[in-house]
Parts: sequence; C-alpha cells; structure tokens
Amino acid sequence: MAVPQLAAPPAASRMGVRRRRPSFKGWQFVGPFMFVFALVFLAPIGYAIYLSLFRNRLIGGNQFVGLDNYQQALTDPQFWSSVGRVGLFLLVQVPIMLFLALLVALALDSGRLYGKSFFRVSIFLPYAVPTVVAALMWGFIYGSQFGLVGNINDALGVSLPDPLKPSLILASIGNITTWEFVGYNMLIFYSALQVVPKSLYESAAIDGAGQWRIIRSIKIPAIRGALVIATIFSIIGSFQLFNEPAILRNLAPNAITSYFTPNFYAYSLTFAGQQFNYSAAVAVVMAVITIIVAYVVQLRGTKELG
Amino acid sequence: MSRFTKMAAVASAAVLGLGLAACGGGTDDAGSGSGSGSSTVTDAQVQAALEKGGTLTVWAWEPTLKDVVAKFQEKYPKVKVDLVNAGTSDKQYTALQNAIAAGKGVPDVGQIEYYALPQFAIGKALTDLKGYGAESLKADFTPGPWNSVNSNGGIYGLPMDSGPMALFYNKDVFDKHGIKVPTTWTEYLDAARKLHKADPKAYIANDTGDAGFATSLMWQAGGKPYQVDGTNVKIDFTDPGVQEYTKVWQQLISEKLLAPISSWSDQWFQGIGNGSIATLATGAWMPANFVTSAPGGSGKWRAAELPQWTAGGNASAENGGSSLTILDKGANKELAYGFLKYANDGDGVQIRVDNGAFPATSKTLADQKWLNTEFKYFGGQKANEIFAKSAQNVVTGWSYLPFQVYANSVFNDTVGKAYVSSTPLADGLKAWQDQSVKYGNEQGFTVK
Repeated sequence: MAVPQLAAPPAASRMGVRRRRPSFKGWQFVGPFMFVFALVFLAPIGYAIYLSLFRNRLIGGNQFVGLDNYQQALTDPQFWSSVGRVGLFLLVQVPIMLFLALLVALALDSGRLYGKSFFRVSIFLPYAVPTVVAALMWGFIYGSQFGLVGNINDALGVSLPDPLKPSLILASIGNITTWEFVGYNMLIFYSALQVVPKSLYESAAIDGAGQWRIIRSIKIPAIRGALVIATIFSIIGSFQLFNEPAILRNLAPNAITSYFTPNFYAYSLTFAGQQFNYSAAVAVVMAVITIIVAYVVQLRGTKELG
Repeated sequence: MSRFTKMAAVASAAVLGLGLAACGGGTDDAGSGSGSGSSTVTDAQVQAALEKGGTLTVWAWEPTLKDVVAKFQEKYPKVKVDLVNAGTSDKQYTALQNAIAAGKGVPDVGQIEYYALPQFAIGKALTDLKGYGAESLKADFTPGPWNSVNSNGGIYGLPMDSGPMALFYNKDVFDKHGIKVPTTWTEYLDAARKLHKADPKAYIANDTGDAGFATSLMWQAGGKPYQVDGTNVKIDFTDPGVQEYTKVWQQLISEKLLAPISSWSDQWFQGIGNGSIATLATGAWMPANFVTSAPGGSGKWRAAELPQWTAGGNASAENGGSSLTILDKGANKELAYGFLKYANDGDGVQIRVDNGAFPATSKTLADQKWLNTEFKYFGGQKANEIFAKSAQNVVTGWSYLPFQVYANSVFNDTVGKAYVSSTPLADGLKAWQDQSVKYGNEQGFTVK
C-alpha cells in the first residue's frame, strides 16, 4: 500500500479573518471527502490494529493481550517462511516480468513491428482475464495427468516435470503472474514512451546514434519514472500474492501450504483457525513490511533520477 | 452431501476478500424465543409454535432442502422459511461464527457437518436438543450419525444425511486386467500393484492427502486418535488402529500407486470417467456426483463393501454428512425444532431421498422400495443395499476434535509432506498431531 498523499486542508481564506473565530469553511468543503476517507481507509486499518491487540479463544473468550500477537508473529517460523517465499518471488519474477514488459514496449514503440495494434491488444489481453479465472485456466494446463502437460507428455512421448510439484510450484505461479501482468506493465511503459518527443530520436540519429544507443540514452532514462512506479506496483503485488496459490492449492495441496504467502497465511488463520486476532497482527506486520520495501524502492528510484 | 462443491466454494472464497456476515438478513421476528438450552419444551409447545407461525431463517447449502421448505410451508402456512445459502462448509461456518460473535443476524437453523459440530457445540453456539426431547428420536436414526450429533452429553442437532462408506470401483478396468475386487486393504494394495504394473497409466485410486478420508479409514480400522472429554483432549496417532492405516497407506504412497490427482478437480472427474482411477472409497452420497460430473464412467462402475482391515470383518465408517442445528442465539427455537423434525425425521426425509440425498434415518434404510432402487450408473446394481449395510456397521466410539476444522486445514501442511517427499507418513502424522496439540492449547483446551 502506498503512503496516502494527504493534502493539507486549505487554510481559512484570508478575506474571512476579520473575526478571530476560526472559520470552518474549508472543513466544510473537505468534510465529505474526509468522512469517506476516514470511513473506508482509516477505519479498517484502525479496526485491524484494534483486533490485533486481543485474543479470542474457543475456550476462555476474548481477552486483551497487548502486543502478544505481534511478538508471536515476529517469532513465527511459518510467517517468516511465507515472507521469504514472496521475497524470493519478488527478486526473481518481478525483474523478469518488467524486463519482458519493457522489451515489448520498446518493440511496439520502435514502429518497426508489423501488426502493432494486434500485438498490443493480445499482450494486454491476459490482464483483462480475472486472476481467479487465469489461475483456474493455468491449473488445467499444468495438469500432469490429463492436463495440457499430460497431453504433451503423451503426444510427444516426453516426460515434462510436474509443474505442480513443491520444487516448481513457485516458478509455475511466477509464470502465471508474468503472463497476467506483462501486458499491464507494457502499457505503462508504452504510454510513457509515447510522450517522449520524436525530435529527440531524430537529433540522436543525426548525431549518429544507433537504436541501442537511443534506447539506452534516451528512452530508458525518459521512462524511469514509469519504471519506478511499475516496480513499486509489482512489489506490492508480489507481497499480496493470494489468488493464484489459493486456486492452485486445490490441485497441489501438498506443494502449497496454508502459509504459502503472507496473505494466504492470514486468510488460513482467520478462516480455518478462527484466529482472526493473530491474523490481524500478521496483516499489520505485513503491511508495514510492504510499506517499508516500497518506500525504500521509491526513494532509491527517484534519487537515481536526480 | 458434503464436499462436492468444495472446489467452487474455495474458488469463490478466494475471490471474496471482504464482507462476509453481510448476508443473513436477521429476522427480528417477535417470536417465542424463550430461553436457554436447559429449558424443557414439549412437543405440544412445538406444535403450537408451528400453528402460530412466524419466520424462520435457515442457513444451509444442501440442495434438497428447497423442496422440503416448500412442502413445509404448505403444511404450516403461517410459517415462512427463509432458506439462505451462506456458502458451503467452512465458508458458511465463518459467516456463522461472525454472526455469532456479532450477536446479530444469527439464523435460527444452521447446517453443520458432523466433523465441525463439536466445535460449535463447545463454543456454546448451539442449543442442546435434549431439552426438546430429542433423546426419544435415537431409534429413528442410524448409529453413526446419531453418535455424531451427540457431543459432551448433549444432542446438538438432528442428522440430515450421512456418508457410510463404500468402495466404488470401475468393473471394466478390473475385468480387463483380471484383477479381483479387493475385500481387504491388503488385497487392495496387491490390486494396486497389479493394476499399475499392467497399465502404468492406471492407478487404483487418487490421493493427495485428504484429512476427511484419512480419518475415516482410521475410524474404520478401529483407531481412536482423538479422545475428547469436555475441554480435555488427547491426540495420539500411534494408536493401533491408526498404525494399520499407516502401514498400508505408506506402501501405497512409497510405491507411487496413488494418482497424484486431487479430488473434485477436473482431472479427477476425467480419471473417473476414463478408467485411469479405478476405485474410490467414499461416502454413499457419491453416486449423484458420478452421474453429473463423470458421465463417461456410466455403466462401468459398481459399488462394493469397503475393504476390511481384518479379513472377514464388516467394519465401516462415515465420511461426510451433516446435521441441522438450532443456533443458541437464534430467535424462534420451538419453531426451529419443528422444522428440524419435519426435515430430518418427518416428511422431509422422503422428499430429500427422492431427490438423491443419502438418508440418516433407519426407517428409510429398511425401506424395500429404496433398497430396490437400481442405479443406472452402476449397471443396474441395487447399490443402496450395500450402503444400508455399511450404515449399520459403522464402528462406534469415534470422535472428532472440538477444533477439527482447523486440524483438517493443516493436514496437507504436515501429513501432505509424506505425499511429495521422503517424509514417512508416520512422521507426517506426528507433525499433524503436534500442530493440533499446539493449536488446542492456544485455544484454551487442555491437549495432550
């Protein structure tokens, strides 16, 4: 979750300062927004924090436990293994996906591609498929018995490794998310490239720069802002990984544990174990981790820009 | 009929994210909702409540209840039943827990599976039906389900359906390879080896680790890994019955004789239809699923008695099945009890059986017309005879944990390791035990 940009409420207008009584005019204007903002953004976070300070047990009822749940979360090997897993996912999948997206965006932007709009739409299309549907669909493909993988094995007499086995499952999920989000990131990069003045390319060409040089020295620096944004979105997306493992778990229950990703762990804690207090603590810790990582990336990304 | 919509349920549960308890639409009917579980209510009072009428909210996903509700309202025109599908199984339980915690929107009647019932009973969420004279209904129900609604000295629901286990097998496959249909689990292991050797694409069964199935087999073997006395719980997977299960299943897993296909998946139904999954040991509610989801196997499949752990035995166990319960925070308890009796013990039973449900009532199980039903999918076999026999032979004394819903959810985290790595099954069970013990103690139970 990115840090909400809270615009300071406009100060009382200068003309109305005749009386010393503070004017609430400004608040009247931002009031409706602030109300909705508090209700839909702040209240759920506040409620999650409130919940995380209690422990409701099947026997013994509800009890205030202070920071016990946080202490438990910080020393919970299952939680940290899930964080480690999405961390690994982030380090491997996000660079691959963004690189592919950049490649496609540059190819489309080069203007040398035949059937440009067809490619643009077909690469973007997977993003329009709901993630749940995508995960179900890939689940059919991954089936090593009667799925596509199984069919290929039969037809060609080969034996492809089972994509749903524990050692490959993370890569298989990475493949699904890459398929889903390359188009989305491609669109961000492509639209950023569109606003680069064409005259820059022309003058570079006149100076004798080849296409590679133009890409390295003009295009990529020009869309660095978009790259940072896409990276931050992808980091948040990775940390929030949920739908794909949740769906594929029906097919590979032993490869995907109930604590496969932090989100899925929080879900399992609440839905299977009724440990919603602890789950809230896990969610809060995870939100803090995500904010820190996203913020660090944002700082670094913008610093290099300057 | 417990889990065939599980896949869909999980899929939709994954999408939901937010807002669970929103449904329900709490009926603030000014009913006669007098009192706690200990009060005594006579049949006359229940009858009076039915005559007087009112609104009843029922949370259930059992599809055959729809007709029951319609007929019930015809019979008692002043009663209006609001049948709400708040999700299947664990999804509904979550909604129910939320409603109970909030104290608002709690339905009068809720469908709860047998394995989850103790959890709700111990959380004081359900009304003890002893106060309504439910004890007198004991003879009406088969022993397995009746045992399941009895928890800690109370009766917390009326059995709606049951899942006495049977062995479904693909006769064509067995005939083709000249393999005898197994009557013991040792023979089953042999058959598994022969079949897989004869046709490397065929497996005796699919299994990727299913807590409900594993516990049912332990149950049949006479295992009692869970000993529950109020809040004192003992978990022990080294119990002799469990070991019988472990011994056979370890070999099936190590020799890779089980298809790595999860139940209720698309691949599973394909395997059932095309003969690469040769048997299925499960509850008697299964046939309807065969017909709708694996039409390719029609005429090829048969039902048989569950293989035995001791040759010549006739032990059976339950797999799945659910009850209707009266929520303690519900409003119209007398009326709710009237509905329970109608749906699960009265006219409702026949309506549901006619629609394909598997009954939990002894009378139906002895009904000649029902017993003589010929199943087209099973080549005209009178499969109900086998199911009825199984229902009578369910091993007594089994109990689930008062937090079985949680325990089942971590089965694949622990025991599942045995399916995908070299971890021995016994170690997996030990890990399952440890994690269940830890959770139980955290939740305020005394677990050893």
